[in-house]
Amino acid sequence: MTGSRIRLPGLAPLFLALALAVLGVLIVLPLGVVFQQALSKGLGAYLEPLRQPDALAAIRLTLTVAAISVPLNAVFGVAAAWAIARFEFRGKSLLVTFIDLPFSMSPVVSGLVWVLLFGAQGWFGEILLQHDVRIIFATSGLVLATVLVTLPFVARELIPLMQGQGSDEEAAALTLGAGGWTTFWRVTLPNIRWALLYGVLLCNARAMGEFGAVSVVSGSIRGLTTTLPLHVEVLYNDYEFVGAFAAASILAGLGLVTLVLKTVLEWRHAGELAASRKH
Amino acid sequence: MTAAAAIAAPKPRRRWKEPSILPGFPLAMGWTLTYLGLLVVLPLAALVLRPWELGAGGVWAALTEPRVLAALRLSFTTAALAALVNVPIGLLIAWTLTRYAFPGRRIVDALVDLPFALPTAVAGIALTAISAPTGVLGEPLARLGIKAAYTPLGVFLALVFIGLPFVVRSVQPVLQELDVEVEEAALTLGATPLQRFWRVTLPVLTPALLSGLSLAFARGVGEYGSVIFIAGNMPMTSEIAPLLIVIKLEQYDYAGAAAIGLAMLVISFGALLAVNAAQMATAGRGRA
Repeated sequence: MTGSRIRLPGLAPLFLALALAVLGVLIVLPLGVVFQQALSKGLGAYLEPLRQPDALAAIRLTLTVAAISVPLNAVFGVAAAWAIARFEFRGKSLLVTFIDLPFSMSPVVSGLVWVLLFGAQGWFGEILLQHDVRIIFATSGLVLATVLVTLPFVARELIPLMQGQGSDEEAAALTLGAGGWTTFWRVTLPNIRWALLYGVLLCNARAMGEFGAVSVVSGSIRGLTTTLPLHVEVLYNDYEFVGAFAAASILAGLGLVTLVLKTVLEWRHAGELAASRKH
Repeated sequence: MTAAAAIAAPKPRRRWKEPSILPGFPLAMGWTLTYLGLLVVLPLAALVLRPWELGAGGVWAALTEPRVLAALRLSFTTAALAALVNVPIGLLIAWTLTRYAFPGRRIVDALVDLPFALPTAVAGIALTAISAPTGVLGEPLARLGIKAAYTPLGVFLALVFIGLPFVVRSVQPVLQELDVEVEEAALTLGATPLQRFWRVTLPVLTPALLSGLSLAFARGVGEYGSVIFIAGNMPMTSEIAPLLIVIKLEQYDYAGAAAIGLAMLVISFGALLAVNAAQMATAGRGRA
């Protein structure tokens, strides 16, 4: 942020008012409506649907899916960033394209591909049936869909940062006799920890909030394969609006907490995040 | 042949990988390739190959079915319109955030990312509640005779919401870096504010605006969660392409679903290439 604010007399207040009005209608209003609708029948009516076994099961499933998917993608992100930012090899840009690819796929397609592989008429559908293994309409399908959707988050955060940092510090540690793992734990990891946390934060928010991809593989079996976002849909389609918005308010809270933590990281550790940290 | 080979200097063996003193390449690379192979390449292979079970004619028939065509048209036109509308809105917001100091600016700045952070299903039911005939936005619109929820206009609204941060976040860093002196020079040389914006600022911003536009468009085409609640999902009028994939899957028409998914991927990819080309063409210009 350079000290670059020009005073524009006349139009400035108009621009400012216009921008704030647009943000108010487009962003603050939807957020407010979630809580207003959830609390529209009072606090008791708000809490009641959240105590239902189905809602609790949905929360538990959402946490389980995120607890498996996020660490997988975090480890992948570190490995990919180590390979890409620390070594020169041919085909690197193609590799980066494949890592980015899930971001340009529709969430529905990210779910669809797993049905094409493991669904009843999928490539491996027969074999799975013979061995009585369920992937589609089961937790493992939800995990696969979530992993695919959130795959790029950590890698995309770490690659530019580690490329910018260069490998001098690691090379120094190695020439001084440190082993490979020691160098990684003692030199690399401390250098990338805030960016790693940042990537994990965004990855987790998306993993817990994902809707399209999981809705394709879930089959929405109430209490069994509905994550919290799918639970919102089930209630909404049953005209249980207060319940739907109550469940949605938990997810909105998750979004707000993510936003706050993300902003704090950007303020406190801007220098230790990738330059491309904004989204 | 042999003579030529003998004359040519001993060719340095073209290495696949440059040597390095850092360890861990086989492990890191092996893990990366295995992971990507199983979780991205294999699933994509299924998407690319499955439609052809229908034969080329069958794929064509599946994609030119009127209902499919209508859904693809709706998804792509509303995504394009929403992305276009987001360009001036996003520019205005980015401009305000970088150029004016006002109380609460940092909070407003953080709020811009809400559409990224809010789960799409939550955004979907919230936007529906607002634009339904009884909602805060829907009611005044209804009095004007405009139906927002359960029409293509609702789809458009949801995509504007989803796409806005892409444009703001693409333009904002460029605006921050932009040399104010250049603008001030234009001002002292007698340019009107409008001239200054049009001739000095906008050309520098164009590549960033295009990249924001393409990101918002790509996201909008595939968007599902925030759209299906507000869309009404009437076949032929307000049914988006991703929803049609879900419907085909429910009918166990895997090949048909894959055909739509593949078509969406191919068209979006083509559109992105076009925008990238435009971006490259404009990036050279406008540099002071």
